[in-house]
Amino acid sequence: MKVKLCGVGGGRLGTLVGLGRSGAAALALPGCLLYTRTGSAPHLTCDTLQAVSGVPAVAQLTLPTVAELHEVLEEYKEGAAKFIGMPDAVLYCSLHDPVAPCPSGYNTNKTVSLWGNSGRMEMTASKFMDIQRAIQPDWFQCISDGDTISGEVGRKRAKKSVDRSLSFLDVCLQLLEKSPELQGSVMFGAIEGGDILEERLRSARETAKRPVGGFLLDGFQGCAMAKETKLKLIASVTAELPEDKPRIIHGVGKPDEVLECIERGVDIFESFFPFQVTERGCALVFSYDCHPDPEAAVLKQNGAQDLDKNGAEKDQDEIAKADPEITPFEIFLKDKRYQDDFGPLLEGCTCYCCQRHTRAYVHHLLVTNELLAGVLLMMHNFQHYFSFFSAIRDALRDDKLDQLKNLVFRQALQGPGNAKPGQ
Amino acid sequence: MAAPMAAGPGPAPLLRVVAECGRSRARAGELRLPHGPVPCPVFMPVGTRGTAKGVTAAQLAALGCRICLGNTYHLGTRPGPELVQRAGGLHSFMDWPHNLLTDSGGFQMVSLVELSEVTEEGVRFRSPYGGEEILLSPEKSIEIQNALGADIVMQLDDVVSSTTTGPRVEEAMHRSVRWLDRCIAANRRPERQNLFAIIQGGLDPALRTQCLEEMTRRDVPGFAIGGLSGGEEKDRFWRMVKLSTDRLPRDKPRYLMGVGYATDLVVCVALGCDMFDCVFPTRTARFGSALVPWGSLQLKNKQFAKDFRPIDEKCRCPTCQRHSRAYLHALVRSETAALHHLTVHNIAYQLNLMGSIRESILAQRFPEFVREFLSTMYGARERVPAWVLEALGAAGITLD
Ligand SMILES: [Zn+2]
Ligand SMILES: [Zn+2]
Repeated sequence: MKVKLCGVGGGRLGTLVGLGRSGAAALALPGCLLYTRTGSAPHLTCDTLQAVSGVPAVAQLTLPTVAELHEVLEEYKEGAAKFIGMPDAVLYCSLHDPVAPCPSGYNTNKTVSLWGNSGRMEMTASKFMDIQRAIQPDWFQCISDGDTISGEVGRKRAKKSVDRSLSFLDVCLQLLEKSPELQGSVMFGAIEGGDILEERLRSARETAKRPVGGFLLDGFQGCAMAKETKLKLIASVTAELPEDKPRIIHGVGKPDEVLECIERGVDIFESFFPFQVTERGCALVFSYDCHPDPEAAVLKQNGAQDLDKNGAEKDQDEIAKADPEITPFEIFLKDKRYQDDFGPLLEGCTCYCCQRHTRAYVHHLLVTNELLAGVLLMMHNFQHYFSFFSAIRDALRDDKLDQLKNLVFRQALQGPGNAKPGQ
Repeated sequence: MAAPMAAGPGPAPLLRVVAECGRSRARAGELRLPHGPVPCPVFMPVGTRGTAKGVTAAQLAALGCRICLGNTYHLGTRPGPELVQRAGGLHSFMDWPHNLLTDSGGFQMVSLVELSEVTEEGVRFRSPYGGEEILLSPEKSIEIQNALGADIVMQLDDVVSSTTTGPRVEEAMHRSVRWLDRCIAANRRPERQNLFAIIQGGLDPALRTQCLEEMTRRDVPGFAIGGLSGGEEKDRFWRMVKLSTDRLPRDKPRYLMGVGYATDLVVCVALGCDMFDCVFPTRTARFGSALVPWGSLQLKNKQFAKDFRPIDEKCRCPTCQRHSRAYLHALVRSETAALHHLTVHNIAYQLNLMGSIRESILAQRFPEFVREFLSTMYGARERVPAWVLEALGAAGITLD
């Protein structure tokens, strides 16, 4: 597995080649992973996922959902990819689920706690590696102590997170070498250190010395850390890392934040964001088309108008019921104004939902709690998000990242969906 | 008696019988509906609110489904007939290119809404969403169904529980006949929307016979057998089905409402029914149950945790092609995707069953099919329920 870069203009445009057991798969960079829950794209079956275009070659499996299947996978013997019905997918196994809360204060020098369906699971390095042997992922994040995201953690805690993670890494690297089942698997080292620059640098340098396949920038989830600090740390860390190995970040998914991280040398993101948008009954409608094609400009305007409309009407009831997490990049389809809107979720979108259904239909499915609402929104939101990444690569190729950034940041500043009436 | 007629001489008959079983009353045919032909006997999945429970229209069509149901009561309250009409009708609203059947709304009204009252005018009830009082008359039911635009629409009938006895059953039967005439008169698109009569009369053979006599005098495109499948004894159920099919015209489709268990389907095809609907296959999927030729698998059970076989090795549905019982067991605890996998499989199971029944009728081997079906479903002959043997016997099929 190797990163092949083609020009480094404000972001790492390239391809991650030689992926998977066969070595035939590739992931275009910057790119994202396919988010899964217990190995299944949320709400989707194989048929409906196949109807989504631009699905990434790498799927993210989250350890808490699979750890509970350890015994089953051990007996199955053929690995998680085949077990979940995606034998051809390249699997990346992360330690946590990006959308599940991970309470603070449960990690020790010897164990890290995972939170699954049946509660807390304590994971030692050797137990962790036992489970990986049963999963047989193509990539996996090494067990690490990333419990530094709940705000002011202090220098001591930051140092401890680095020390613990390095010691987990050394144990796991040894076990990896001795595991015949994992000879095709690549381990990603986690870079920790909270918000302390020198700990972050130490973590990056020490991890880079070890034979890892790639790097995870951990501990940047949530919003406890000031944005400026976060971006500065990310830039400092990536500057320490070798060019030819991929860098993944966890817990960053909003379009504007993705772009900021890409500028600072991050290659791979998750796709939990479109899932969260789906769960709150919303559709992504932000524009990322910065080509000066007049027709596209009209579409762009349409999308922007919808964003403007977000929260502009005085329907207090509906707005009160909306999720306060709604971002300016999406529209809340449960809102009454979409009841008789016979347009697609997003004008010009080529997804299954937009080609065949109206906002009024999705609104109806949402207010009647029909399961199909989640299916259709997930199809649209995934496809929109995946093609956002493709637009980022195009912008990097055409040296237009600044235009794309301007376009996305302008939308980020627009009235968010949860704005109180009158504001 | 001069019965009201559907407008004009009407189009070609709805049903074309292609083959009849030499022994039983089973027949294979084709319903010639506005949105394409539908081979029958047919099972129609239920898409209550303009969606078949998490399955996309494309998936449903790919499974071979050519007709599904929408519920007038549900769609009439949310999103409402005006909105569906503005969307270009229910086909367009749910993007379903094939056929649709809508019920009259009466059944849901009586079973779901506590405060409903039936008078000669219609069913009066309080809207669960707005609270205002609404009258669902035969004219109103047809008006809503005309707005929804389904290929087959149902008359409003006076529904009483199949276990009710006494004068109320008789009143409901007579009223259903009167309401049929009002529905026929109210249907504004008889050439595109085929109105079916619903035979009532509870479990009383005399009343049911009387209802059949009255209703078969009307020129409707098809007949439904209503008022059954409501918890009555199977022994009485099949006799009422047989009594109805005995008296229904051969050249018109017969729709047995609310029936969907595999055994019931096979028996009632033998008794001469052509169309069925039931929420069971999709509802049971949402409870983690997968239908198989030998019954069902409750995939939540621990016994499937390490069972790496598909639900049914012989099933060719997308779920069985890709997923094991063990994976579905793991998924069903937390993910809606598991329910979609099971719904797809269960719909495939129902449609495949009907397909096999039809093929066996065409090949003049339906009695053999019935024997194989029962031996797979029940194993030993002693385990086949007595009512099944009796009903099949009455239809001319024995197990020897
Ligand atoms: Zn779309
Ligand atoms: Zn199947």
